[in-house]
Amino acid sequence: MSALDLPLRDLRAALASGQTHAESLYLEARERAAASAELNALLHTCAAPDLSRSGVLAGIPFVHKDNFLHAGEATTCGSNMLRNFVAPFDATVSARLRESGALCLGKANMDEFAMGSSNEHSAFGPARNPWDLTRVPGGSSGGSAALVAAGVVPFATGSDTGGSIRQPAAFCGVSGLKPSYGRVSRFGLVAYASSLDCPGVLARRAADIAEVLQVVAGHDPADATSAEQPVPDYCAALSSSVHGLRIGIPDAFFGAGIDPQVAELTMAALRQLEAMGAKLVPLAFPEAVLAIPSYYVIATAEASSNLSRFDGVRYGHRCADPKSLNDLYRRSRTEGFGAEVKRRIMLGTFALSAGYFDAYYLRALKVRRQISDAMQRMLSSVDVLAGPTAPTIAFKLGEKLSDPVAMYAADINTVAVNLAGLPALSLPCGLLDAMPVGLQLIGQRFAEARLLQVAHQYQQLTDWHARRPPTAAASTGVRP
Amino acid sequence: MSLSPVSANAPWQPVIGLEVHVQLSTASKLFSRSATAYGAEANSQANVVDLAFPGVLPVPNRRAIEMALAFGLAINAQIARVSQFARKNYFYPDLPKGYQISQFEQPIVGAGSLRVRMEDATELSVPIVRAHLEEDAGKSLHDAFHGSTALDLNRAGVPLIEVVTAPALRSSTEAVAYLRTLHTLVRFLGICDGNMQEGSFRCDANVSVHKPGTPLGTRAEIKNVNSFRFVEKAIDYEIERQIRLLEGGGTVIQETRLYDAARDETRSMRSKENSDDYRYFPDPDLPPIVVTDADLERIRASLPELPEPRRQRYESQLGLSQQDAAMLAGDKAASDYFESALKLAPEQAKPIANWMQGELKAALNAQELDWSTCRLPAASLVALLARIADGSLSNKQARTAFEALWAGDYAHVEAAIAGLGLQQINDTSALSAIIDAVIAQFPEQVRGYQAGNDKLLMFLVGQAMKASKGQGNPQQLNQLLQQRLG
Repeated sequence: MSALDLPLRDLRAALASGQTHAESLYLEARERAAASAELNALLHTCAAPDLSRSGVLAGIPFVHKDNFLHAGEATTCGSNMLRNFVAPFDATVSARLRESGALCLGKANMDEFAMGSSNEHSAFGPARNPWDLTRVPGGSSGGSAALVAAGVVPFATGSDTGGSIRQPAAFCGVSGLKPSYGRVSRFGLVAYASSLDCPGVLARRAADIAEVLQVVAGHDPADATSAEQPVPDYCAALSSSVHGLRIGIPDAFFGAGIDPQVAELTMAALRQLEAMGAKLVPLAFPEAVLAIPSYYVIATAEASSNLSRFDGVRYGHRCADPKSLNDLYRRSRTEGFGAEVKRRIMLGTFALSAGYFDAYYLRALKVRRQISDAMQRMLSSVDVLAGPTAPTIAFKLGEKLSDPVAMYAADINTVAVNLAGLPALSLPCGLLDAMPVGLQLIGQRFAEARLLQVAHQYQQLTDWHARRPPTAAASTGVRP
Repeated sequence: MSLSPVSANAPWQPVIGLEVHVQLSTASKLFSRSATAYGAEANSQANVVDLAFPGVLPVPNRRAIEMALAFGLAINAQIARVSQFARKNYFYPDLPKGYQISQFEQPIVGAGSLRVRMEDATELSVPIVRAHLEEDAGKSLHDAFHGSTALDLNRAGVPLIEVVTAPALRSSTEAVAYLRTLHTLVRFLGICDGNMQEGSFRCDANVSVHKPGTPLGTRAEIKNVNSFRFVEKAIDYEIERQIRLLEGGGTVIQETRLYDAARDETRSMRSKENSDDYRYFPDPDLPPIVVTDADLERIRASLPELPEPRRQRYESQLGLSQQDAAMLAGDKAASDYFESALKLAPEQAKPIANWMQGELKAALNAQELDWSTCRLPAASLVALLARIADGSLSNKQARTAFEALWAGDYAHVEAAIAGLGLQQINDTSALSAIIDAVIAQFPEQVRGYQAGNDKLLMFLVGQAMKASKGQGNPQQLNQLLQQRLG
């Protein structure tokens, strides 16, 4: 077994004791990345990092979703608009990982500007699912999930606006945490929808996520929306039993649109937690049907404004030989943005327009409040909420590309969490047709430790998180 | 029931509302740490936040918020306990984010009013609808490079408050009086340097005309007029243009017009018929601004004495004339100068005010200087006035000394007096000797005076002054002459 496959805690010990070295670890990760080239998950490899840094993650390689600025490295956001853009500064997440000694191997493929649920909306071609190369890895953090699943790196960063960490984690059979809004700084994360965007972590095990979250979480004065809430010790809480834990099961998470077999596997996992001493509590969540429409109005409205800065004037793609200011804007943006980004900019511009603002944007805000209240209400009677992360297993490449609404519907169980600003974690809980299925756990705001604890306890008694895809570059893991 | 008919011959009534952009004199920008100094090398004060690089976020400048609150308190406005930044979306190259962070539905300062004292000492209370915080845009330089437009983003993100009046002003005179009062207020508050040439205090005027008793007319907006005089002329021009248009059977269209000072006219810039849709929405990067009682008390306690209370104090406590009090309290720099002189010589309030209104003002005007660049320090003025008070200098000698000091010939008052030999002769025996000589020299005039021609006394005093080389105490010479010839 390679050290790369060890739990982070053991890997740190191996590095500390000299059993393995940062350099060999880094080189092996690069070799695995090269061997996984068919995944099209790594957009570019970063310059050789400083291997001598000390810190809690010293010598541990990771990949960074390509919407985090990592000083001196390309940051494309999966877009032609930023094909040649080099980050002039570090995102707060980058800086904290750098200080911890973690080594940035490269930047991961993603849906353009994080808009998508399949990674097919990348200007650099879709990343592929290591479990089945004809299937999508999910999105938008598809490259991150695929690379962790393939064993290239022990962890990866991701960002989650409507499920972009959790859904690819579910599709690729890894664990992924979307922290509470404000828990991890957004500074240096290229904005998609500012009130929903959350930087987070993907790894094979919940315990590994806890180690990385400890490094990246915490108040950042450069982000006015970052929370001043103290950061607890995430690893300390992992070992607590789930005995007596109340797990709420909102009916809507198992409702229309959810593949019955996915629902069944998820319920089996919940029964396992029940067998471990947790109590399952059925809950009604009628507001859930409002989540997708509300999400797609708010997210696209914010996106339409956030993406205005890509105008060809100061950086990014600029059209050749502009004839006028309007020509510069029109062609630079037409050439620089892909179809899905344009669709969302148009949707959002419409929702904010005079005469439509009240009916769309304001109404969506009211619905957001209703959903948030409903989730708070449910969480006042239980410790966590649970259900399937995604309604299906990873779908085939191209399957939903021509039907945006079907693609949006795949976010049915994830978007409400972002609207409410809550933390949520997806962990592998079974295989269906040899493809992973994810269980989603949702907690109170800032209750990341609770989610990590429940997931860790589950992973102590199950090995779904240790299953490795058949195409994994290093087939050292446990096979199904 | 009868409605009073509107006479077609009733005069047109102008209606004016003003929007003033007051640039806040913070050290750094509203949402970034870049410096705000005027006139720096292009783009030397623009960091990645100001340039709207991907991934950057705005962090509000607390000082700017405090300045907006200080303004709100000074105009007795309703302060919003919770206010919100909003994005105003439009594309323009000097607006790097593609939106301006401003305030829309929830401005930090709500309704208030400003008391304006007109020149004839009547008072006007101008209703202010709101004052909101926003960031400035950069500058597009269309002439700097041949065939292309250059950008200077030093100004991008500089904090402003936009102060909006109700359409409550009736003439250009009222408009200018309001602007001067507002200008003085923000200077007193120390929240704006008030420099109109540099764009620190910019005015847009909404002008319409109507017949009293009828609905308000369609307004035109005159943009960015950068002096009080031009505001007055632009409004007057626009009022006349609209009246001529309406009387000729035309209609006023809602549009933005630019004032061309060189030709003294306003010109259409763009029609607002297809008005821009700025798609305002709350900025999700910025949590609401929450103002507590403690915040307000702290800021209230730190407010300086404001122009109006100061003017009243000058009149009632110092006994200055209405005109002197209004002049001194109407100009921050003048008032600062007066206050520092007053601190050194509290009993000399009137002479200080007189000299400021007289010799100093004339000298400043002659060289187009203002009080902040006054060449005679307040301490020197006080020293000069002390010599007049103790009789050791005549007024005329003091003026001579002042002129030399102003010209920079001497570093301080004593040096000037010594250098110019301006010691006043108060010694009676010395003065009597001079008088003896004058009486001997002008027997005819002495006789004339003694025969009842009173005017000749002044002639003799003048001769005595001349004989004393200007150093004799004129009051004493006058008295001594009367005694001797009486």
